[in-house]
Amino acid sequence: MTVYAVLVTFASLWMAKQAYSWFPPEAAAEAKLLDDLFSLFTGLGTFIYLGVIGPFIYSLIFHRAEKYDLSDGPDIEGNTWLEIIWTVTPLILVVTLSFVSYRTYEKMSIRGPMELVHLHMPQMVEPAYAEPFDSTPQQEIQEAVETSPIEEIDVVAKQWAWIFHYPNQDVTSTELHLPVDRRVRFKLHSEDVLHGFYVPAFRLSQYVVPHEDIDFELTPVKIGTYRLRDSMYSGTYFAANQTDVVVQSASDYQQWLADAAAQTPTPAFNPANYEYSQVFEPGSGNTKDKVAVRGWATIPPAPPPVVNYAPKHEPESPPV
Amino acid sequence: MTNISIEAPEVVRGQPYPGAPDNWKRFFTFSTDHKVIGIQYIVTSFVFYLIGGLFAMIMRGELITPEADLVDRTVYNALFTMHGSVMLFFWTFPVLVGLGNYLVPLMIGARDMAFPRLNAVSFWMIPIAGILMMSSFLVPGGPSQSGWWAYPPVSLQNPTGNLINGQVLWILSVAISGVSSIMGAVNFVTTICRMRAPGMTWFKTPAFVWAVLAAQLIQLYGLPALTGGAVMLLLDLTIGTSFFNPEGGGNPILYQHFFWFYSHPAVYVMVLPAFGTFSEVLPVHARKPLFGYRVIAASSLIITVISSAVWVHHMFASATPSWMRMFFMVTTMLVAIPSGVKVFGWVATVWGGKIRFTTPMLFALGGISNWLFAGITGIFLGSAPIDLHVHNTYFVVGHFHYVLYGAIVMAIYAAIYHWFPKMTGRMYYEGLGKLHFVLTYIGTALIFLPMHPLGLMGMPRRVASYDPEFAYWNVVASIGGFLLGLSTLPFILNMVSSWIRGEKVGNNPWRAYGLEWLTSSPPTVENFEETPIVISGPYGYGRHQPLVEHAPNPGLTDFPESFTKQPSS
Repeated sequence: MTVYAVLVTFASLWMAKQAYSWFPPEAAAEAKLLDDLFSLFTGLGTFIYLGVIGPFIYSLIFHRAEKYDLSDGPDIEGNTWLEIIWTVTPLILVVTLSFVSYRTYEKMSIRGPMELVHLHMPQMVEPAYAEPFDSTPQQEIQEAVETSPIEEIDVVAKQWAWIFHYPNQDVTSTELHLPVDRRVRFKLHSEDVLHGFYVPAFRLSQYVVPHEDIDFELTPVKIGTYRLRDSMYSGTYFAANQTDVVVQSASDYQQWLADAAAQTPTPAFNPANYEYSQVFEPGSGNTKDKVAVRGWATIPPAPPPVVNYAPKHEPESPPV
Repeated sequence: MTNISIEAPEVVRGQPYPGAPDNWKRFFTFSTDHKVIGIQYIVTSFVFYLIGGLFAMIMRGELITPEADLVDRTVYNALFTMHGSVMLFFWTFPVLVGLGNYLVPLMIGARDMAFPRLNAVSFWMIPIAGILMMSSFLVPGGPSQSGWWAYPPVSLQNPTGNLINGQVLWILSVAISGVSSIMGAVNFVTTICRMRAPGMTWFKTPAFVWAVLAAQLIQLYGLPALTGGAVMLLLDLTIGTSFFNPEGGGNPILYQHFFWFYSHPAVYVMVLPAFGTFSEVLPVHARKPLFGYRVIAASSLIITVISSAVWVHHMFASATPSWMRMFFMVTTMLVAIPSGVKVFGWVATVWGGKIRFTTPMLFALGGISNWLFAGITGIFLGSAPIDLHVHNTYFVVGHFHYVLYGAIVMAIYAAIYHWFPKMTGRMYYEGLGKLHFVLTYIGTALIFLPMHPLGLMGMPRRVASYDPEFAYWNVVASIGGFLLGLSTLPFILNMVSSWIRGEKVGNNPWRAYGLEWLTSSPPTVENFEETPIVISGPYGYGRHQPLVEHAPNPGLTDFPESFTKQPSS
């Protein structure tokens, strides 16, 4: 039993370590916080799983009835102390996990739909990034807030496109560009149905609700190109409602803004419009040839967004 | 004592009413016999299970490549909508109601449900609602494409402009199903509270009955919210009200509250009877009392209470303020405690037992191991920060299907195999049963485990196409899906052939300890010729104490000698 407990402990620690490798790159300070939390949950979850399944399998192997043995097993109804222990232990565990989760959520300071707060809880109305920090991701969030003003970006989601508006430069784009190591505040807005603003590399998602502006904050910390996906089912071309997120150095970001501001707004390539035109325009049949089973009518996609900047042709990660 | 098996007279075998056919035709009548209705529920829902499974296999066929190349996006959207709806409203709920219908009166020593005609009406609404939902394939715009949760505003978008469209038929169908379930819940709660045999106190009532009671109480408090929400959605869709339509000032998040207020507890409506099944099957096939029976029984009701305050964890990524995220995070995690108590009790039940790996036992053991995994990933999802990453990804799909298929469907199979001899008087073929289990268990792991890494990598659910980075795990999942489809074949073959020509067994082939095993197999019309008087609690393995005061069906003696208290001479 002791040997098994030791093995389970080591297996749990190993799994907790492995958990970091199951995610996309940690491209935001919040992602690091989430990965630490997930690792803790994985370690404890493994410990519980193996701790329960081990005795279970042991009894299945070693407590089988002999072939012609029709007698009953021992008449054991229960054990009060054992039942108390296995009620109190999970209680302590879930209260602890709730507390740790709460702390992590607080450290993320992602804001959210503040205008919907119905109870007067001032400490939760404002983000917690002004509080003292005790870990690297929090330091990154803190420094991002202190070293430069928060970058504000308006996000519009619609069926089926993402449009990003940079109010200070009055630039619009269908590709999201962000400065590294700087706090970013999005104002999320939907023109039609529910959408989900979701960047897996940032580990964060937030519904975008029609006729509501929802503030949402994060701090990109790793230069690279990532994927923004619509996480909330939004109708026919939901799967194609994706775009790239480009995290750049401060100088590259400023350069990109300047270049984009100099461009005349033009209709951007839009996968949903493209597919719709292929399927529903009389005389065309390209998509029909590719798909084995044709379906039913759909509402037409919104017109292609007119923006300063869009990938010239098909996006780098082609729509699928 | 000499064991002499006396068959019940043919004339009373499951006959619904005088003059009614005493053969397979009685299952097509408006029977008021709870046993006939139970089998009607089970068989009807199994037909829908095959339909829903077919939809799932087409979806897995679509997802075997990254591109949307097998079916058009609108077809895919309709398929996942109908798959979820059919599997929940016309398979899992009704089949469990069917099992409850068949077993509860027998287990508590009653002659029927409290309201037999209401019971029959409840059942017949199910095929009507199911056919209505299926008929949406025939309307011009096709079936609903807004997912089984029908979130507005997507569910309010009507591309055809017709008054009769897939979404309207979907809402009507769900509403009829909901009304049927509410009527069923009234019947179950009344039956369990009022019709238990003399001497059957609450803590002499089988854990399955406790579980059914707890589940049906959830139906009573939760379903009116969903049904009300569905009616409001129907009004928005058809006559232009704006309860949920933001264009008219409505709030789509309000619908989510209505929907999840019921639809999360609904998981417990399904999983509690599954828990009850585990609690019944394990003691019989391990030959031991259910460990911690009282705590396991009471934990069902505790789950009912806690589950009424967890619904917002489905809305952590929705427009939900922080305080609500934190409050519901704690309540969600608290459900782990009564659930965990049950798991520990089951492990302790098999510990030191005399275990036989019969097919129902295998399904129960497999279901418990899957539930353990699903419960732990459920804790992950209860944590708001983790949920903000995996919400609406395949991680949720994997978790959810581990609950629904890995635990609940496994429990349903365990129950069907376990009580098959009681229902038919014949034994199933053990070899086919074990083949069914092996295919099901492996298929479940192959299809649903890969969904967890897919979700962590960031693959959203409900997509007809995906980025190539997700291809590997999707291929594995699709293979698992086809294997699960294949696994139903030995089950169907087993059930049909065993029912027709399986080996005839006595009334209690498992030597099980419960009132339902005190009557003939299949049971007589009124279950018990004399009302049993219960004198001890359930699961008396190893105790050699009688369960009832006297044999409720005199003449039926092929159960253990200690089953009934012998009259003193």
